[in-house]
Amino acid sequence: MKYMMLIQAAAGQTEPECTPADWMAYDKEVRDAGILVSGESLADLVTATTVRVDKEGKRTVTDGPFAETREVLGGFYVIDVPDLDVALDWAARCPGSRGGGSIVVRPVADFDA
Amino acid sequence: MGAPVSSVSSVSSIEAVFREEHGRLLAALVRRFGDLDLAEEVTSEAIEVALARWPVEGVPPKPGAWLMTTARRRAVDRLRRDQVLATRLAVLQVEADRAAPAPSPAETDAELPDERLQLFFTCSHPALPAEDRAALTLRCLGGLTTPEVARAFLVPPATMAKRIVRAKKKIREARIPFRVPAPDELPERLPGVLQVVYSIFTEGYAASSGPDLQRLDLAEEAIRLTRILHRLLPAEREVTGLLALLLLIHARRDARTGPDGEPVLLDDQDRTRWDRAMIDEGTALVPPSLTGGPPGPYGVQAAIAALHDEAADLPSTDWAQIVALYDVLRQLAPSPVVSLNRAAAVAMRDGPEAGLALLDELAGEPLLRAYHPYPAARADLLHRLGRVDEAREAYQRAIELAGSEADRQLLRRKLDALA
Repeated sequence: MKYMMLIQAAAGQTEPECTPADWMAYDKEVRDAGILVSGESLADLVTATTVRVDKEGKRTVTDGPFAETREVLGGFYVIDVPDLDVALDWAARCPGSRGGGSIVVRPVADFDA
Repeated sequence: MGAPVSSVSSVSSIEAVFREEHGRLLAALVRRFGDLDLAEEVTSEAIEVALARWPVEGVPPKPGAWLMTTARRRAVDRLRRDQVLATRLAVLQVEADRAAPAPSPAETDAELPDERLQLFFTCSHPALPAEDRAALTLRCLGGLTTPEVARAFLVPPATMAKRIVRAKKKIREARIPFRVPAPDELPERLPGVLQVVYSIFTEGYAASSGPDLQRLDLAEEAIRLTRILHRLLPAEREVTGLLALLLLIHARRDARTGPDGEPVLLDDQDRTRWDRAMIDEGTALVPPSLTGGPPGPYGVQAAIAALHDEAADLPSTDWAQIVALYDVLRQLAPSPVVSLNRAAAVAMRDGPEAGLALLDELAGEPLLRAYHPYPAARADLLHRLGRVDEAREAYQRAIELAGSEADRQLLRRKLDALA
């Protein structure tokens, strides 16, 4: 069963509690466990652009997502593990879950089933 | 008409069998087929078949095994018919089940594995909304129907049906596993399960709304569920402690309400109406819940309840020990309510002045600001100190904050008695 782990970083955080080495170690663990489907780290939030199309088909392009929440999506993993508890264990080990960040775990819909 | 109905197949004893077997049956079928909906459907089908046949043919010698065989056959039939469902489920397990010979007659109830513990952990999984956990536990392990669960929580049946469907959907689609946590995970997960059962009990002990002060059926169901947990986890001291606590509180049920359904506080209860057998049972569970390791909050609360239950009257209660236990509890599970209860015990041990001083220290606690027992306790101590005007003021504050009409009436009577 595939789960997406959305890595939410606490916005406005100046002193991250995890180092690049922590992330590299975690990334290696996920790969070595053979559960990695895909994963990416996103570029800084200021580089984000939002597109909306209204009923008339008019396109509106604006800067950034509306950062109304105190957390910003920093990256994601898709992992393939047997059940939610295993997915939650991997999420808990992710460096992004610490220091005010959080990991949202969502099952990937399986339309073949 | 059919054969004479034997005495064991009286309707009430059949219902008792269903009540006892429902959770076990469901848990075993969920384990086998991995699908809560399918397990529920075939469980109720098996019970329907039994309802039609047992009153005529008599209850079979192994009712649990009989129900299990019937339910399992129905599940396999259904999976044969429903390929979509079958592929979605653990196909291998189902194939193995099809190939297996019919259950031998030697399969006794005692040999049926009891998988209810897995269901407890699934129903109280932290990934489910807190409000759904108790409902799902009552539905799956208590065997209550959805309308009964709705009545228990005083919500419309349609609302409850939606909540239960939503919870089951999350279990299925997010794949919340049916499993007992490993020993190293147990300390993290067990408190959640106990909290669910305790919240079912407190809803029964002091209904948050509705006309009745107590809902005994709900309290009794919580005790039944805790007994099952205790049977399945006999070495877990907090399970023992919770069972002891519930029994020691429930033993006072008959004395807790007056003739008109009004609440009667501990001080004024007729102690001859306490259930001695239940007190004895609860008291016997206190030592094992407190020994063999550091005590837990339920065990300590049970010890406090036991001291109350064993006392012949209020003054002869062992207040010194109760204060000491509250000190332990304050370390294990600090809360302003614990501090409030401790202050009341100190007032009994050292006099109202000492208690009042402690209460006044708690004046800034935001949690107590809207909690009517706080001004009520102050009012009581002020009254005992002869500070009648201040007591009156505190009673009025308590009346404003009280949630139920019964509580308000009790406080008004106390206020009137001041004059």
